[in-house]
Amino acid sequence: MNHLRYGLRTFALEIVMIVVGLAFLFPVYALVVLSLKDSKQIASSPLSPPTSPTLGNFSRAWSSASLGSALLNSTLITIASLVCLIALGSFAAYFLARCASRLGYGLYVLFLLGIVLPFQLGMIPLFKLVDHLGLLGTYQGIIVFYTGIQLPFTVFLYTGFIRALPRDYANAALIDGASHLTAFTRVVFPLLRPITGTVLILNAVFIWNDFFTPLLYLGGSAKETVPVRIFSFVGQYVSDYGLVFAGLVLAALPIIVVFLVLQRYVIRGFASGLKG
Amino acid sequence: MTLTSRRPAGTATARPAARARRAGFLTPPWWFVAPALLVYAAIVLYPSVSGIVYAFTDWSGIGDKSFNGLANFQHLLSDDQARSALLHTLLLTVTIVIVQNGVGLLLALGVNARIKSRTVLRVVFFAPVVVSPVMIAFLWKYVYNPDPKAGINGILGMLGLSDLRQDWLGNPSLVVWSIAGMVVWQYAGYSMVIFLAGLEGIPAELREAAMIDGAGRFQQFRYVTWPLLAPSLTINVMLSTIGGLKLFDQVYAATGGGPGYSSETLSTVLYKQAFVFGKYGYSTAIALVLALFVAAVSLVQIYYLRGREVGV
Repeated sequence: MNHLRYGLRTFALEIVMIVVGLAFLFPVYALVVLSLKDSKQIASSPLSPPTSPTLGNFSRAWSSASLGSALLNSTLITIASLVCLIALGSFAAYFLARCASRLGYGLYVLFLLGIVLPFQLGMIPLFKLVDHLGLLGTYQGIIVFYTGIQLPFTVFLYTGFIRALPRDYANAALIDGASHLTAFTRVVFPLLRPITGTVLILNAVFIWNDFFTPLLYLGGSAKETVPVRIFSFVGQYVSDYGLVFAGLVLAALPIIVVFLVLQRYVIRGFASGLKG
Repeated sequence: MTLTSRRPAGTATARPAARARRAGFLTPPWWFVAPALLVYAAIVLYPSVSGIVYAFTDWSGIGDKSFNGLANFQHLLSDDQARSALLHTLLLTVTIVIVQNGVGLLLALGVNARIKSRTVLRVVFFAPVVVSPVMIAFLWKYVYNPDPKAGINGILGMLGLSDLRQDWLGNPSLVVWSIAGMVVWQYAGYSMVIFLAGLEGIPAELREAAMIDGAGRFQQFRYVTWPLLAPSLTINVMLSTIGGLKLFDQVYAATGGGPGYSSETLSTVLYKQAFVFGKYGYSTAIALVLALFVAAVSLVQIYYLRGREVGV
């Protein structure tokens, strides 16, 4: 790789990479092209560019998959879980990072254990518990689930960051008479902004896209999230590719738009954080 | 405290006490950690411990459960569905780890060069990572459509390679590889950004020094870049291994484990055993096997791959 100038070799690499990029985008091309065609055009020439593009699939998909309510459910569940995760995770990590005793270290290791344990191990006992408490098909049930299941990772990220942070800021506030609560919320928490961004991005992408647990907890209820709703929608209209793909485009659009707007932060977040 | 201490007697006892008092005053109170611990215990710890216990019972969800020793695990070894699921899970994991990271590394080297399209390509290759795996699976179900005019088969036809057309998801000996293909397509960009972060951390002077010493492009990569990418490789191999072992969404959405059992994984089998057949005890036994695989692989990789890492 020539660092000094844009030579012939770099140009050749550029061409190769663009061709690879275009080949990589083939499924996306098929997705968009098919969503713009009616079933007759799909049957005769599925992959050619649409001659008379139609938006009919989109309005039909929007209503028959009730995507509006699914998007609302996903948004609500994701935001509420993120608020809980950041609140509980940052407070816990602050204690774990600042507590010099053996108890603090032991609790930290206990939290880390949760990163390695696959959630399938506790899946059925937890499902039974949630069922027993009458929390199946509710927002609260799944929000508490996401908070618990993503806490180890969140605590891990926050604790590492707080350990590298000087104690002086909080100590100064405490010596001036501030309570621990005030010192943390007013002084320390604002300093955690970079890692809060990473925590936010990684957890948001996981929660928004998660399928298995919402399928178990919310499947068949009015509170289904986007992936669960899309799953049953596709099952129902499986052979109508134009309609199915219009549904997929609509369902994927919100997160794709957010990604394109925040791409630098999202890519940096994924590149820096260890995600299990 | 020894007799040879040179500290003045008074401060030696007073200082640690004062320090302890001060540290106590400056340590956040225990209730900072209590809510998180409570939720974590209720959602992860308690259910996981119960799961380990239930793996040794004949629990069916209704009525009493009794301990049946290792019967669930013996059943697992004789159960064709579970045995092939175990085999597919390992096959998928090994394939995904090698191909996803290989492709991710090549993409990273490509977009790390001074090409003009690097920023756009980075976004393009990474974009599938943020989309739900279920939706990616449905998209690829079309790409893998057996119809000769559709998906990959359509492209092969246009390129004059009609003989290579396949029933990608319907052919039992091909389906596992097809699923690996869609997973690699979705997550190669993830490996890429982790390798890119590693590449950006390698000082240019090191490669320049190697170049001045007469190292060719390949030698620069082999002796400078590759060893310094070890931390990125550790993270990538860990992430893709754990992801591969737990694979569920893509399989469940694309094939449901079929045709026959030919694409079942541990996660799809344990899901069916629990929620289709009501065999909770057996299902948690499969989950325990999965957990042991994940834990073992994580530990081995931490020790082995960390050993390769060198400092700059």
